[in-house]
Amino acid sequence: MTWSRVGLPAVIVLMALTFSVLNPNFYSALNLRNVARQSAILSLTACGQTMVVLSGGFDLSVGMVIGLISVAASLVMVETGLWTGMLAGVLMGVGIGASNGVMVAKMHLPPFIATLAMLSAARGVALILSGGLPITDLPRDFRWLGAGQVLTLPLPAVIAAIVFVGCHLLMKKTRFGRYVYAIGGNEEAATYAGVPVARYKISVWALHGLLVGVAAVVLTSRAVSGHATLGEGAELESIAATVIGGTALGRGRGSIANTLLGVVAMGILTNGLNLVNVSTYYQMVAMGVIIAGAVYVDQWRHRGD
Amino acid sequence: MTPGAPLVEMRGIVKAFGAVEALRGADLTLGVAEVLGLVGDNAAGKSTLMKILTGVHRPDAGEIVFEGRAVAFHSPRDSRALGIEMIYQNLALAPNLDVVGNVFLGRERTKRVLPRVMEWLDERRMDAETRKILDRLKIRMDSVRAPVARLSGGQQQAVAIARAVSFNARVVVMDEPTASLAVKEVGKVLALVSELRAKQVSVILISHRLQDVFTVADRVMVLRGGRGALDTRIGDTTMDEVVKYIVGADTGGLSHLASGR
Repeated sequence: MTWSRVGLPAVIVLMALTFSVLNPNFYSALNLRNVARQSAILSLTACGQTMVVLSGGFDLSVGMVIGLISVAASLVMVETGLWTGMLAGVLMGVGIGASNGVMVAKMHLPPFIATLAMLSAARGVALILSGGLPITDLPRDFRWLGAGQVLTLPLPAVIAAIVFVGCHLLMKKTRFGRYVYAIGGNEEAATYAGVPVARYKISVWALHGLLVGVAAVVLTSRAVSGHATLGEGAELESIAATVIGGTALGRGRGSIANTLLGVVAMGILTNGLNLVNVSTYYQMVAMGVIIAGAVYVDQWRHRGD
Repeated sequence: MTPGAPLVEMRGIVKAFGAVEALRGADLTLGVAEVLGLVGDNAAGKSTLMKILTGVHRPDAGEIVFEGRAVAFHSPRDSRALGIEMIYQNLALAPNLDVVGNVFLGRERTKRVLPRVMEWLDERRMDAETRKILDRLKIRMDSVRAPVARLSGGQQQAVAIARAVSFNARVVVMDEPTASLAVKEVGKVLALVSELRAKQVSVILISHRLQDVFTVADRVMVLRGGRGALDTRIGDTTMDEVVKYIVGADTGGLSHLASGR
């Protein structure tokens, strides 16, 4: 617990100080608002990913599912209008998440296989629907979702904040959260205690899917078009934010609050590296190293548990 | 300690899995506030008999009588409703949850936030009830908010026992509760078994460690080949005799097993 209480906050402060020395613009209100706006999508996917990880799973399909929903919701929006399009996107997220959940909880596929299969299928369907081309001609009002402001705060960041608070309360204050932790900690014990394990697993995957759906719709609004490749890398980023925050894969240990710190750390790192002109290619390499390092350090700290 | 009238009677229990006859007419009697040591080698049928008592399996033949009435268990829920609780060796606890979370897993106390829409866990109440149960069993624990993974093996057993008792258990079945414990912790768990008996709870103790059985049990029952081989008061037998019944025949020279781990 010392990592999420002391270590990670210290790293965040250190990064913020370093970047503000290297580039004075880092602390400008404009840039911080940018960090918030950019981190909003990651917040949504990371919250979902964290809950799935706490239940003992993980989702590799996030990125491709975002692409699929972006394309499908855009098509519906062009055909039938703004609200039905957004609703379709979110509902699709729930459906896809629940499908992943059924594969894991009912068919007993390892999450790795289930979500890898979903990744491939989602990518295929997205390319079939779009023909590989972006879908434009979206309603003009739709832009507000990604670019709008509420009391000078970026709307996506406001959505992310609400989701963070909601997920935190759900995981800490409700029976649902308690059972998710129990299933991740010892599925047999949960079963023996009378917890309907399959139902709760499918529910947590569906909830994660809902958040992925929201993320896809917001991202599509920011891109002002539907793209099959819109969510590229989102699975890794959401897993990275989760494990950097200190939520362990497959042990039911960690929290939404930890992941908030993970998202902040990732946001500052990405933004800071951009400000000091480190190319995205190097950032990808850094991300790989950070993920492997975070999991290694976590295992090392909890050896013998 | 004089055990009263039988609380549980299992008569002529038969159970086969395919061609394998796990139980071939086993009997078991358990008195109120009695500790029964259940011993036997690995294929003797101990766990099958206990799974029938806890409603996991249904017997092919035979009857179960609880407080003088014949009962049929279709699921663990049925046996639990009568106050029969099993503590499994490994699948009892979620290591990432704290003591309170484990004791109340599956029947959390909640309070209404918005009627019919949202209920929050009533942590304060569960916390208080957990402390009450621990006190009643004289279990000392520094914090009921520590994840059980951080507790010692003996303390984890204590949590599992407290959980069973909090269901108002009348019969607690323990599967090898001392198998993975450090020596100094074994005594504490056995003391807890005595404490249960003092609280009028009956205990069936499955153990390979005969010295545990002889320390705490009132009676010992040996299962062999799916049938009862010996059923006697602890005072009327010796470890050597029990070992002979476990391995069958007068094999002799095996009595060292009685004291080994």
